[in-house]
Amino acid sequence: MTDLRTHAEEIHEQFSDQLEIDVEDVESRLDTLVNEYKVPLEEARRSVTNGYLDEAGMERDDLGGGGGNEHVELADIDTAEQWVDVTAKVVDLWEPRSDSIAQVGLLGDESGTIKFTKWAKSDLPELEEEHVYDLGNVVTDEYQGNYSVKLNRTTTIEEVEEDIEVGDDTRTVEGALVDIQNGSGLIKRCPEEGCTRVLQNGRCSEHGEVDGEFDLRIKGVLDDGNEVQEIIFDQEATEELTGIELEEAKDMAMDALDTTVVADEMRAATLGRYYRVTGPTLGRYVLVNDLEILDEPVDAEQALIKARSI
Amino acid sequence: MSSTPTREVARRVFAREFNDATYTFKESDDERAPVYVLLPTGARANRIFVVGTLTETEDVGEDSEYWQGRIVDPNGDTFFVYAGQYQPDAAATLRELEPPAYVSVVGKPRTYETDEGDVNVSVRPESITSVDETTRDRWVVETAERTLERIKRFESDTADEYVEMAGEQYDLPVENYRRAALEALESLEDEETAAEASP
Repeated sequence: MTDLRTHAEEIHEQFSDQLEIDVEDVESRLDTLVNEYKVPLEEARRSVTNGYLDEAGMERDDLGGGGGNEHVELADIDTAEQWVDVTAKVVDLWEPRSDSIAQVGLLGDESGTIKFTKWAKSDLPELEEEHVYDLGNVVTDEYQGNYSVKLNRTTTIEEVEEDIEVGDDTRTVEGALVDIQNGSGLIKRCPEEGCTRVLQNGRCSEHGEVDGEFDLRIKGVLDDGNEVQEIIFDQEATEELTGIELEEAKDMAMDALDTTVVADEMRAATLGRYYRVTGPTLGRYVLVNDLEILDEPVDAEQALIKARSI
Repeated sequence: MSSTPTREVARRVFAREFNDATYTFKESDDERAPVYVLLPTGARANRIFVVGTLTETEDVGEDSEYWQGRIVDPNGDTFFVYAGQYQPDAAATLRELEPPAYVSVVGKPRTYETDEGDVNVSVRPESITSVDETTRDRWVVETAERTLERIKRFESDTADEYVEMAGEQYDLPVENYRRAALEALESLEDEETAAEASP
């Protein structure tokens, strides 16, 4: 019951400015759905919230977090659909792919970077590259493990004078390379300007059939027995890891009339060996800037002393 | 939090413990839900990573190729690896490799019951690659550390559900696995001492 009460209080707070309702009323609506109709709590909450939205003649976007959002660092955003405040610099602006998007790009603060989307219908002022803003009331979102923030019509935008040193979220991970995933090895990318999508059977998902440009990359998985980390090697890092250069890879594929021989060769040369990599985090990946092959003899003594002490 | 399915971590385990891991279970009723073996030190394993000495390969298939590989760890205990037509790369590697050789194996634990009613535990490889001795040694140290971490958790007061499950399913003293970890580390030290002694 106390759980319902907490949710009721949160909903009540969101509407306390617009509607004359009391917490008991909210709680009883939740109670009916959850305990009588056996609706999952999350769905019940959505339903009750929507009911009040209708009564108040409001849009979901108008809601906000009921004031008093948490001010968070970008790297700490790890949950979708949270209302938060951030202070961030516009690191990069990208070309919106749809008319419904006014601006899209990358925000950064000391802790790292995150993608942002600003909807056209939200009618907000233009953000400028390299400028720093206090952004109040943005909503977090998640797609395939990558987080972003969305600016909506309740978002407040205030330019800030001070500059921010944007952190690149660099991480170092080590472990055994336990997998090289599909889409690794010798690949072709779409040649259209600013596209660079990886072609599937000679087709770009955006530009259709195109004459692709060869590239090397590896999407791999490092595993230390406790955790897994997906990592991406770009052409340079792939060449360093495998010793196979782009021209050589093209020759190999040409000889075999098959590009998959390149990835096979790379697997045989790298899987099941230990590496330490360092680079910026991008979504669920670490991009490998720095590679260390852990092939020096290991010292068993420390482990032995520890093992004997238990 | 994330809705993307998370990849299963590859457990580090010596053959002595792995071959005792005869109890399997699923976390959901879904037909495609992953199958886990329960390690006697109280952890679930849907994937393991092994580096050891491939001592023997044999095509044990009847109608089609079915390769068996024996991979021995420093304690002299054996991992059994089986690769057939559905693991063509691994099968080809076993066909081509000349034992003895150090190999890395990433694979899934599998169990089957013999006619006598014993449960055998084996590995269905996702990949097998030939590696060098330093990689093997690194694995031994890492596997000893992970094993001792599991034993520590097993013996702590805050038992998690897999530790409890191991207590219920097995009657195996974890001391055996502590000894396996210790002996494996000692074998590396012996090698080192022997190497230093010879000019």
